[in-house]
Amino acid sequence: MRGRGRHQRFQRRGLHFGPCRRSTEDRMFGGVAGGLAQRTGIDVTVVRIGFVLVSLAGGFGAALYLVLWLVTPMEGTGSIAARATRDRRGILLAASFLPLLALTAILGHVVALGFVSSFGWPLFVAAAALVLIWRNCDEQERAWLHHVADPIIRIGVPSEHRWRRLVARCALGAVLLVGGTTTLVLGHPSRAVLRPLGGALLVVAGFAVIFGPWWLSIARDLVAEREARLRAEDRAEMAARVHDSVLQTLAMIQRSADRPQRVVQLARSQERQLRSWLFEGEVRGAVGDGAVTLAAGVQAIADEVEPDYGVPVDVVTVGDCPLDEELRELLGAAREATVNAAKWSGAPMVSLFAEVEPDRASVYVRDRGRGFDPGSVGEDRRGIAESIRGRVSRHGGRVAIRTSPGEGTEVELSMPLAGAPR
Amino acid sequence: MSKRTRPRVFLVDDHHLFRAGVRAELGDSVEVVGEADEVAAAVELIGEREPEVVLLDVHLPDGGGQAVIEAVRVEHPDVRFLALSVSDAPEDVIAVIRAGARGYVTKAISGAELIEAIERVADGDAVFSPRLAGFVLDAFAGMPAEESPASVDPELDQLSSREREVLRLIARGYTYKEVARELSIAIKTVETHVSAVLRKLQLTSRHQLTYWAANRRLV
Repeated sequence: MRGRGRHQRFQRRGLHFGPCRRSTEDRMFGGVAGGLAQRTGIDVTVVRIGFVLVSLAGGFGAALYLVLWLVTPMEGTGSIAARATRDRRGILLAASFLPLLALTAILGHVVALGFVSSFGWPLFVAAAALVLIWRNCDEQERAWLHHVADPIIRIGVPSEHRWRRLVARCALGAVLLVGGTTTLVLGHPSRAVLRPLGGALLVVAGFAVIFGPWWLSIARDLVAEREARLRAEDRAEMAARVHDSVLQTLAMIQRSADRPQRVVQLARSQERQLRSWLFEGEVRGAVGDGAVTLAAGVQAIADEVEPDYGVPVDVVTVGDCPLDEELRELLGAAREATVNAAKWSGAPMVSLFAEVEPDRASVYVRDRGRGFDPGSVGEDRRGIAESIRGRVSRHGGRVAIRTSPGEGTEVELSMPLAGAPR
Repeated sequence: MSKRTRPRVFLVDDHHLFRAGVRAELGDSVEVVGEADEVAAAVELIGEREPEVVLLDVHLPDGGGQAVIEAVRVEHPDVRFLALSVSDAPEDVIAVIRAGARGYVTKAISGAELIEAIERVADGDAVFSPRLAGFVLDAFAGMPAEESPASVDPELDQLSSREREVLRLIARGYTYKEVARELSIAIKTVETHVSAVLRKLQLTSRHQLTYWAANRRLV
């Protein structure tokens, strides 16, 4: 719109005299003044004072500064405006200031304070430009903006003196409100100002009703977008850590290439580490007795049994709930069943499946190994089976073992849940 | 299944070593018609060679496996995709399935199992690994139908109890054959149930699914 027209004119002039660039070294905000100073040969302080003076005239200087910031390329990079044209949400956000501008103009007119409306346009342009700059500048510049804006943002950050500050702020606000209203009413030529003032309030309410939801949705979108960006940053950081650790393991594997067992062990332990990093939430970082939920406990079983017996344990969990005493017993039995499968079945892997339903938690331990005849088991196996069975049924749970020679074994353990699951 | 001609397979993975490994493992059981290591090249070559099955890495630079499926599907709806991944982040897996993949297996899968999965996908069936079955059960679990009143077809938003049973068995580590035996049904019926679940997963409009995935996204 306005910004683009300016942009073209600016570029044409730029072509004529050689390009103008925002300065990277001589900058207080966007480096615009520094760039202009370099371009024209005028001292940078003079340019800055010029901007401040023009700003006093209806805020025009600030708007001009921000628009120049938007359209002038930084030394070595493109202009922010080029990127901003693709930022639909940012443009929408900038446009959402329009109703605010209209509102300001109407209010200024109603209370017959001309300077309010004259501030409106530059303020709108400045705010819109600032939004587009903030959303589209590169990381480096955003960091710089943060640095500049930090002291201002800090005002809103809760601190230990929150209450005292809140009271102070409310008191100050109330004084300003009462003072301003009084000045308006008393200072106006006629007391009849009260009526337009009431009208103005209605207009404000109208705008709020019409545009309020829209503004809210924009704000929500922005929050969501910000969160997504933070997560992406977290991921990148994680990736760096992960790659480093993988490289080290790979180096170790190369050195132990002649010892297959060691290689497998290294690979498995690296895999476990990666999984627990990447899906920390699912594993919840807790191992063994430290586990606080069923899913974490089941994962812990796999993490313990795998290296001890060299058999991969594939874990699938559906749902989760906090551990209580009964569920710990269930896990203990599941651990024994898993150890049995890893130790005796001869299967290349063991499947461990845990499911939490509203009224019960179940764990299935399955292998495709040699299986056994439940009717004629050796004393040792029978003992283990009894200990699994006894342990679970003592706490109100149920155990079912399905097996036959050559068919593998599946142990089903389930426990009714005392309370509602999480 | 043994009578069929060798499926024409295309590999997409950004790790050269992994592609070479898969190629070696597949051996002569399939015909590998090409491979690619990035989205744009994959889309172009798949369009050109028209394989039956694309083995697709979930994680690729520039948009992931999802981007490949979306781009290829427009002009070549017959090409089927089987997702492969080391990372089991549920939201990534669900995203690729919802984009149109016919199944999902982890890279730890053995060669024989992978070949079976490829043939199954080539035949138009769905391939559910235990983990995917777990994700799906989790995603559809405990979500009563009234939570999505705007849904076009409430049928799509819930699994039938039979489908749940099948998925549970798969999650427990059962093969399709073992599921069929356990439930005393034909393998074909198991395949039908699994395909129905896949369809629901792809078509359901339930917000819950995205909400669930977002919730699980912890890193």
